[in-house]
Amino acid sequence: MSSVFPDLRPHFPALHQTVNGKPLVYLDNGATSHKPRAVIDALVRYYERDNSNVHRGLHALSMRSTDSFEAARARVAAFIHAQDQAEIVFVRGTTEAVNIVARGLGAQLKPGDVVLTTEMEHHSNLVPWQQVAKATGATLCYVPVLGADGEGGLDLAALDTLLTPQVKVFAFTHISNTLGTINPAAELCRRARAVGALTVIDAAQSIGHEPLDVQALGCDFLAFSGHKMCGPTGIGVLYGRRALLDAMAPDETGGGMVVSVDYQGARWKPSPERFEAGTPHVAGAVGLAAAMDYIDAVGRESIAAHDHELAAYARQRLAEIPGMRILGPTAGQPRAGIVSFALGDAHAHDVVTFADQDGIALRGGHHCNQPLMRKLGLPSTARASFYLYNTREEIDVLAASLLKIQKFFAG
Amino acid sequence: MSDLTDLYQAVILDHNKRPRNRGRLPTATRVASGDNPTCGDNCTVYLRMEGDRIAEISFDGSGCAISQASASFMTTQVKGRTADEATARFAEFKDIVTTGRQPEDFSEVAAFAGVHAFPARIKCATLSWHAAIDALKQPDQPLQS
Ligand SMILES: Cc1ncc(COP(=O)(O)O)c(C=O)c1O
Repeated sequence: MSSVFPDLRPHFPALHQTVNGKPLVYLDNGATSHKPRAVIDALVRYYERDNSNVHRGLHALSMRSTDSFEAARARVAAFIHAQDQAEIVFVRGTTEAVNIVARGLGAQLKPGDVVLTTEMEHHSNLVPWQQVAKATGATLCYVPVLGADGEGGLDLAALDTLLTPQVKVFAFTHISNTLGTINPAAELCRRARAVGALTVIDAAQSIGHEPLDVQALGCDFLAFSGHKMCGPTGIGVLYGRRALLDAMAPDETGGGMVVSVDYQGARWKPSPERFEAGTPHVAGAVGLAAAMDYIDAVGRESIAAHDHELAAYARQRLAEIPGMRILGPTAGQPRAGIVSFALGDAHAHDVVTFADQDGIALRGGHHCNQPLMRKLGLPSTARASFYLYNTREEIDVLAASLLKIQKFFAG
Repeated sequence: MSDLTDLYQAVILDHNKRPRNRGRLPTATRVASGDNPTCGDNCTVYLRMEGDRIAEISFDGSGCAISQASASFMTTQVKGRTADEATARFAEFKDIVTTGRQPEDFSEVAAFAGVHAFPARIKCATLSWHAAIDALKQPDQPLQS
């Protein structure tokens, strides 16, 4: 594998450091990824050369900034195969994107309507819908997760009974940040559309890891964050079909999103400006476009293959450790680059602290997925998550460290 | 990981593996819970007061070795003490886990001084103490089943 997949580590400055005297083994990509030099340079170049406010100046720098910002929007549209640049709204991240859609669609919900989501959602794609259901009297229903370790994924058979004509919105994650499950997003969208429900995909874990095409998926809305895909923090995207965005009320109001204002009221611009009140994160958008260029130069097909292969190898190495309980897909089933596990009597926090002493960055906790963890009977798990710069050797370091921890707590 | 092994090995692993005063206390007259939202750890402390004195104490909940050991240790430290004495004990414990200062007496607590080297874990060590102090502030009433 390493012979066909290029060594990208030299491109990522932050990887080259020691932690607690050991070379950094960064396996917390599900939380955020590191940034390649190309993205860091794009940010610096923007601030050193173009920096200015967008959409409101007529001077050279302002026009250059506006051009860069709109070019970034076009880059995002191409990256996800949107039909139209106006379908790309720049936001802070997945969380903000879901909030805009939830409150926007919420304005059209009433008692008796159903919002359908799944038992494997990140709090970001769960709590906003709970709030909307409470405010409108709509009912929130969940597609169950199957298997004692969540290995069965979503209960697709239950969808037939859950997807009633009352379902107005079906919001689900593309890839589970806890289980590593890859959901059949195109099928879910197709079945939702058959009953007239709008679909909202949380693509936080899939964007930048897998090829993604909103036309092929057939979704109505899609949300993601730049920081998990080599891009800067504080920038993300809400994609929405244009007619739907133009029919939706803005979540925030203020400058930049109005056509005209008088003392009695205001008229909104169409999408995307309608949803971008105030000065946007211009540098972030520029950095995000650079991240997309970087990722496409590597190739999303090969990044996905690399992630899946590392996940399968990690699953195999971890399964050798006594007392190991691994969540999500079984060996041989498709799995994104995410492996969550519980190690015998050792609590996830203790595991993460011990691994950190070996220079390994893991995540420990409920992964913003408390209801699912409760369902699986686990207070928390540790999670290793991979990206394009990780190697099999790093997984060997992880396995050796975990074996040591297992012995320590068992002894 | 020698510092870490030291930290865990001493008192902490012992309290984690063989917790003292663990479980719900049916005779409790005061109860309070605490959560650590970053990790989902939780701890409930049960007290039975006799006047101003903690006659009985127990804890339950789930969490890492540090939080479980600290809860177990806490119960042994405050049992039989008055509310003011328990509060003073907590102040000393908190000072030790945040600064790493080695205490003069109260020797078991020395193991917890190591926590200060792991700032992310200080909250784990103080979770049960916070719950105990909260419980002390409650009015006496029978435990709801
Ligand atoms: C599946 C999923 N959805 C949503 C989010 C939230 O993303 P952000 O914090 O960037 O808004 C995350 C990130 O942790 C995630 O993994």
